[in-house]
Amino acid sequence: MGMTLAEKILARASGRDEVRAGEFVVARIDRAMLHDVFAAGVFDLLLDVGVDGVFDPDRTIVVIDHFVPAPTAAAAALHTRIREHVARLGLPWFYDAGDGICHQIMPEQGHVRPRELIVGTDSHSTTYGALGAGGTGIGTSDMVYALATGKIWMRVPETIRYEFSGQLEPAVTWKDVLLFIAGRFGADSAQYKSMEFAGPGAATADMSSRLTMSNMAVEVGAKFGLFEADEVTSAYLSRRGGEGCEPFGADPDAVYETVHEINLSDLAPQVALPSEIDKVTSVTDAGHVAINQAFIGSCTNGRIEDLRAAAAVLQGRKVAPNVRLLVAPASREVMQEAMAEGVIGTLVEAGATMLAAGCGPCFGGHGGLLGPGERCIGAHNRNFIGRMGSAEAEIMLGSPATVAASAVAGRVADPRDLEVLGGE
Amino acid sequence: MASDVFGGRVWRFDHDISTDLLSPGQYAVAPVEERKLHVLESVNPRFASDVTPGDILVAGRNFGCGSSRETAPENLKALGVACVAAESLARIFMRNAVAVGLPVIVCRGVHESFADGQQAEIDLSTGRVANLDTGVELRGDPLPEEMRDILSAGGILAKLRSQRGA
Repeated sequence: MGMTLAEKILARASGRDEVRAGEFVVARIDRAMLHDVFAAGVFDLLLDVGVDGVFDPDRTIVVIDHFVPAPTAAAAALHTRIREHVARLGLPWFYDAGDGICHQIMPEQGHVRPRELIVGTDSHSTTYGALGAGGTGIGTSDMVYALATGKIWMRVPETIRYEFSGQLEPAVTWKDVLLFIAGRFGADSAQYKSMEFAGPGAATADMSSRLTMSNMAVEVGAKFGLFEADEVTSAYLSRRGGEGCEPFGADPDAVYETVHEINLSDLAPQVALPSEIDKVTSVTDAGHVAINQAFIGSCTNGRIEDLRAAAAVLQGRKVAPNVRLLVAPASREVMQEAMAEGVIGTLVEAGATMLAAGCGPCFGGHGGLLGPGERCIGAHNRNFIGRMGSAEAEIMLGSPATVAASAVAGRVADPRDLEVLGGE
Repeated sequence: MASDVFGGRVWRFDHDISTDLLSPGQYAVAPVEERKLHVLESVNPRFASDVTPGDILVAGRNFGCGSSRETAPENLKALGVACVAAESLARIFMRNAVAVGLPVIVCRGVHESFADGQQAEIDLSTGRVANLDTGVELRGDPLPEEMRDILSAGGILAKLRSQRGA
């Protein structure tokens, strides 16, 4: 009997030939990622339990990305503590404030390889599944245990396979596909499960799109959001300065809990309405919904491809009066590419405010929060009540193109609807 | 925490209670004594002030969805919540609850079967969830031994300490 991607990853990590969904295993981790909200606390606790080191400094990655630039004196002090711990532990892979968002840094700087098991102190660690790695989020205490022992207990998850056929229409993106899945199957439809994104349609997704899909797998509850590693993966790894990879796929006779078939050709741009991720409709059916703010960025949609898509809509157009468009590139490298290509010029010319490469507004931390009664559409990942500031504000989610079109129209708008957008 | 059985007064919440509600982002790095005062304040402002040690939290689907912040279960534990029983638990919340030593159980039908203030009795090892006011008995998913071991050690860090002989 064959294995799913999740079973293969956890079999390798636990040193077994075969594992099955439902089993508990003690798995060896390949890498650990910590960000600034939790890193200092984890390192403090590690000392507290009497451990003066980590399982493998070369495989422990620390990123300052949430409070960037430090919005308060307390945040700055937190960062100082992290830098002290990093120096004490001799961790070579430390990315300081401004380098970028952890889930962008990890693949971009070559810290993700297919087949690996990677844990992070962030729920969106599922992102690494885009490269066929078992990435998943854990809490502070589990991270202390993982750093101390190099191991973690895991239940082998059942797998839901999403078999994609067809091809996306222009202006429809994989963000729309993920929102469609959330709307169609529900916010806890993949709870504890591994999602496997497969079929001929999945193979057409570029790495940026795969990262978006795997990133948001956690929004429907998933433990992993996995793509097979193929030529796209291998080419990406080579481009990032690493070695290419062998193909890594599920066995043809793997056992799935459910298989969903989705024809990409049928999809239109989607929007998640306030305040649940599964309250999804097509943008054209959203009606007239005015906005005060539009946000493009985050580990979900802050890559160069996303900024280009926004710039394509905003070229020669202006952000509507009374709408604030905020754009945060996912990393310094993305920011540099966007500058070199003139993308940032286009965005700023249209009226966008550029933010630091970090998580600020997306997690409701700082730098672009909402007041009572305000409404925002964002290309990020969560529209929960209170996520971006006031509990009386409303958040909607869409693709970067949809967010850019909405910023121009002053209301939720379809990027294909150029007449409404005016301009060129 | 030697026992797998808990009895207490119920606080009932709906579906999709997120970690943003359990541990609002603004207080993410505040000390636990401050953090716990804001637990669920957007949905029930009385909860944090009126909950008493030993109370049981009953919820709908997808309880604890959202970020990986461990402060979510930690806040509930700090308020004295004895156990969370929900239709379903978000994966990371469940993992974190076990890691910090907060007992949890997944039990279908639990949301419909309880009202605020009723008395619940829960057995983690058998999965039995009883409403002592109405006499309704439900069968939840027994918590696997691996997780009950961590809970009875008092959490994953207590387990690590004992492994290291500290």
